[in-house]
Amino acid sequence: MNFYTDNDSLKFHLTHPEMKKIAALKERDFADHGQYEDAPANADEAIENYDRVLQLVGDIAGDVIAPNAEEVDHVGPHIDNNSVVYAPGTQQNYDVLKQSGLFGISMPRKYHGLNFPYVPFIMTTEIISRADTGFATIWSLQDCAETISSFADEAIKDKFLPRIYEGASCSMDLTEPDAGSDLQSVRLKATFDEANNCWRLNGVKRFITNGGADLHLVLARSEEGTNDGRGLSYFVYDRNDGGMTVRRLENKMGIKGSPTAELVFNNAPAYIVGERRLGLIKYVMTLMNDARLGVGSQSVGLCEAACREAEAYAAEREQFGQAIVNFPAVRDLLLAMRARTDAARTLLYETSRMVDTYKAYEAKGKLEGDERADYKRASRTADILTPLLKLSASEFANRNAYDCIQVHGGSGFMKEYACERLYRDARILSIYEGTSQLQVVAAMKGIANGAYIAKIEEYDARTIHSELEPLREMLREATENYKVLAEMANANAETDYDFRRMQTDVIASIIMGYLLIDDVNRQLGGDDSCKRSFMPSARYMAAFARAESVRSVAMAKAYSK
Amino acid sequence: MYKIVVLIKQVPDTQNVGPDAMNADGTVNRQALPAIFNPEDLKALEMALQVKEQNPGTEITVLTMGPDRAAAIIRDSLSRGADKGVIISDMRFAGSDTLATSYALACAIKKIGHYDMVFGGRQAIDGDTAQVGPQVAEKLNLPQITYAEKLVSLKGDTITLTRRLDNGVETVEATLPVLVTVTASADDCRYPHAHRLLKYAKAAPEIWNADAIDPEMERLGLKGSPTKVKKIDNVVLAHKDAQQVEPTEAALNELVAGLMKDHIIG
Repeated sequence: MNFYTDNDSLKFHLTHPEMKKIAALKERDFADHGQYEDAPANADEAIENYDRVLQLVGDIAGDVIAPNAEEVDHVGPHIDNNSVVYAPGTQQNYDVLKQSGLFGISMPRKYHGLNFPYVPFIMTTEIISRADTGFATIWSLQDCAETISSFADEAIKDKFLPRIYEGASCSMDLTEPDAGSDLQSVRLKATFDEANNCWRLNGVKRFITNGGADLHLVLARSEEGTNDGRGLSYFVYDRNDGGMTVRRLENKMGIKGSPTAELVFNNAPAYIVGERRLGLIKYVMTLMNDARLGVGSQSVGLCEAACREAEAYAAEREQFGQAIVNFPAVRDLLLAMRARTDAARTLLYETSRMVDTYKAYEAKGKLEGDERADYKRASRTADILTPLLKLSASEFANRNAYDCIQVHGGSGFMKEYACERLYRDARILSIYEGTSQLQVVAAMKGIANGAYIAKIEEYDARTIHSELEPLREMLREATENYKVLAEMANANAETDYDFRRMQTDVIASIIMGYLLIDDVNRQLGGDDSCKRSFMPSARYMAAFARAESVRSVAMAKAYSK
Repeated sequence: MYKIVVLIKQVPDTQNVGPDAMNADGTVNRQALPAIFNPEDLKALEMALQVKEQNPGTEITVLTMGPDRAAAIIRDSLSRGADKGVIISDMRFAGSDTLATSYALACAIKKIGHYDMVFGGRQAIDGDTAQVGPQVAEKLNLPQITYAEKLVSLKGDTITLTRRLDNGVETVEATLPVLVTVTASADDCRYPHAHRLLKYAKAAPEIWNADAIDPEMERLGLKGSPTKVKKIDNVVLAHKDAQQVEPTEAALNELVAGLMKDHIIG
């Protein structure tokens, strides 16, 4: 089984018209060509390279990671002599990916990376999450390389980035017992040790994914006497240097193969990343946006897994003398699951393209002419889409996992079927890296300054095939309803029921509707890279957006003064 | 340190067959089946890669006889860690049975020159003869270890391997140079390495024609193939058709007599 080639909607997004531009930007007009044997000469070659590596990852996901998932869920990791020992299956997954040179695929070639943009990297996470969402968390953490690469000085890059390629595992140590959503209250202390010319970390971190990792990015209070975000700096800690104890591993509901640890730092030596005081306000904020993109991709992978488990079961299970897929009640569940998956995926890759575009411009430095405007467009769009993605994709993954069990009926409640694991694994997606409720807060700026409406108007102005008109009409109605909802929200600042979640959900579903219209439009224009039409999903999502807008207005009316 | 030749073959994927896999006359419809790397040859490549891993500087050449499109499995081998690839390809090889195939491969190995080990899969999934490896060993006058499962050790010019047999596992030792055929229960081949995958994505392997391997021309292709296929029947064996024979002198004599009576042997 190949989890890339058996799902040609990935190829569809990989070959999006904007990908050539992204490849050219990321490759700095193919400056590495000739210098490195695997560097592409042009955009087509770059995209072929992405495709080849995705095929490799698809093979490994389908043939190694997915078959290991059930045992990994049962066995889980444990602590042995202050080290976290993965379940054997997790270790095998890790070793195979390492042997294939796949860690650090986004890093510059200088550090043995493949210099891949986000779109293909995010696809690897989606593919791996479909196989095992818990393992996808471990895989995604290689993105710590991006933080080091973007903000650390050259000596730190040279010291640590090649190790990530060699398979050093990573973790991102932010949360503390009293600092979860509110990271400004981080207390773990960093003091400068003049005698040894290094920083020392002292304190406790909690709920650290992959906490036994070789390399840790640690958020710590470097400025004594401060108590807000401006006193925090960011450090890289090497497990080989000692001074850190893994106190315990959490016993979790899902993603059980992914170790979640409590760590005690005791005079642990560390290197500072970038500048003092920018730890939270700049570096973690950037990392957090990447992490939310990562959870978006984990969610889409889980959506896809749930779809496939349900579709396969519905085709095979017979009741009343026929396969249950023939019953409208079951078919409707499958239609909605597929629509959510396609919708979350198209938002995922739209967001990823924007992140790729603005990051490539940032790396370029000096921008000329249209580039400045394009940078701003991409950066602002990435900012407003990221919370919508994290919110919608993770909630859809939960809904798909729920419906997947529903399609299985009583069998789905038993431990024998994968859907039970998916249901438990999905639950964390709408919690970690910022809860759904925090995504609503993150979306508020775009709601208040009209950025979402401007984006929707931009999508609406595109030329589309006439058969898509009825769908666009539904989205226009939804947008009008949204405006009514927004007015009610403005007029009713103090109510017993907060309208902001509804506003964010409606905006998200409208945007996903437009993106799916774009996708169908590409297909109607002759793009056959995905054999399956996105039309049923586009229709469902447009109808869903309108229905959600009507429902939300009704709710808001009931709570308006 | 060591020089290794790995014999590989591109075969139709007979393990994932659709309804159109066979022609009406009982021959294989090659168009309907995707071409894949013969599974046991991949395992032979893995054994060679393990030798290379333990003995840095070892050079692995993969060799195949087949049409130009067999370049796909050469590139695949390079992406997994092989160093060089050669295809011997010529219309004059067409219609080769195992005797002519092993002759051509042996000529090509001689042309490659120095070698310490020749590895190959036990058999290919299209012909299932398991004859080519042993015949190459005969023609090169090499000791052969068939059904090899695990590389136990390689020290100087002494190789120790286990063989997976019906009734157990045998550990054998041989002096290099040696030919080894690797069985299905051996280690799976490692996946391609991402950098190599991209580096060799468009690599063009060396292609040698018949003249290049300096053969006796009459031993090639159809002319050099004594096997003549008269007729092919589709036979489906059910469990009840199978007979278990006791490993006694009397029972074996009875079996041979029965086979001779049915003109299956003799």
